[in-house]
Amino acid sequence: MAELLPTHPLEAWSTAFERLPDTVRVVVEPFVAMVDVRLGDVGSQARSRLGVDLPTVPNTWVSTDAGRVVWLGPDEWLLTSTTEAPEELEARVRTAVLPMGGSAADVSAQRIGLRLTGAHARDVLAKGCSIDVHPRAFCRGSSVQTTLGLAGVVLLALAGDDYLVLVRSSFAAYLADWLLDAVLEFSTTHHS
Amino acid sequence: MQLIQCPWCGPREEVEFHYGGQAHVAYPDNPAELSDQEWAHFVFFRDNPKGRFAERWCHSVGCRRWFNAIRDTVTYRFECVYRLDDPKAVTS
Ligand SMILES: [Zn+2]
Repeated sequence: MAELLPTHPLEAWSTAFERLPDTVRVVVEPFVAMVDVRLGDVGSQARSRLGVDLPTVPNTWVSTDAGRVVWLGPDEWLLTSTTEAPEELEARVRTAVLPMGGSAADVSAQRIGLRLTGAHARDVLAKGCSIDVHPRAFCRGSSVQTTLGLAGVVLLALAGDDYLVLVRSSFAAYLADWLLDAVLEFSTTHHS
Repeated sequence: MQLIQCPWCGPREEVEFHYGGQAHVAYPDNPAELSDQEWAHFVFFRDNPKGRFAERWCHSVGCRRWFNAIRDTVTYRFECVYRLDDPKAVTS
């Protein structure tokens, strides 16, 4: 039986991304483990059992020791980890939230991350996103679920001119093409 | 484009939302005792006011939560939005 090797949906775009100018860099993030957590009651118990405060302010995210927690809804969060395998993270989080009536599901394969940086990163986002991503309204710790182009995304502000776009794997190719097109006017080299 | 206020996420463009019809349509207390005609009324019959209407909306692209809104069907203006566990807003 042939060995099944994991491939990234945007492997074919890496060369095109490398050619982008410094004013708009698009970097494909490595795979990380992601778990979707549903929990109705976020008391002090949740913190001690999970080891992290689940953010209750809509459209925010917080750092953890080895990843992030993103608010997805009043009873839903996305936990990511760069040090745990997906099944390890799922098992740990599930054990923590199950006694409180919560649930955890491994969604690592659901989305991939694209890092968007540079002086024109915000201009590129503005071409296909109705959210105000100016640092005064969308600073580090802000997140938003909305559409970029026609793809649903989770957008995180990591710093000024530094954004993380989480997009469903099946929409990744579309969004990669969309980004390359949106970046075109900021590229100094034109290919005819 | 019209902005709709999500009770959790704040104002967003209307394309982020999905319409869910009339709000506060109560499920029958004794569904087994309903006649076919009464079932048809529960499933298919809805108010169609000219003016303020209590409706269900879902922030489908954002937090994916359902909420209720009072919308004027003449002007398309949203008067208020409220969560499903909030009491029904006054419509008239
Ligand atoms: Zn929302």
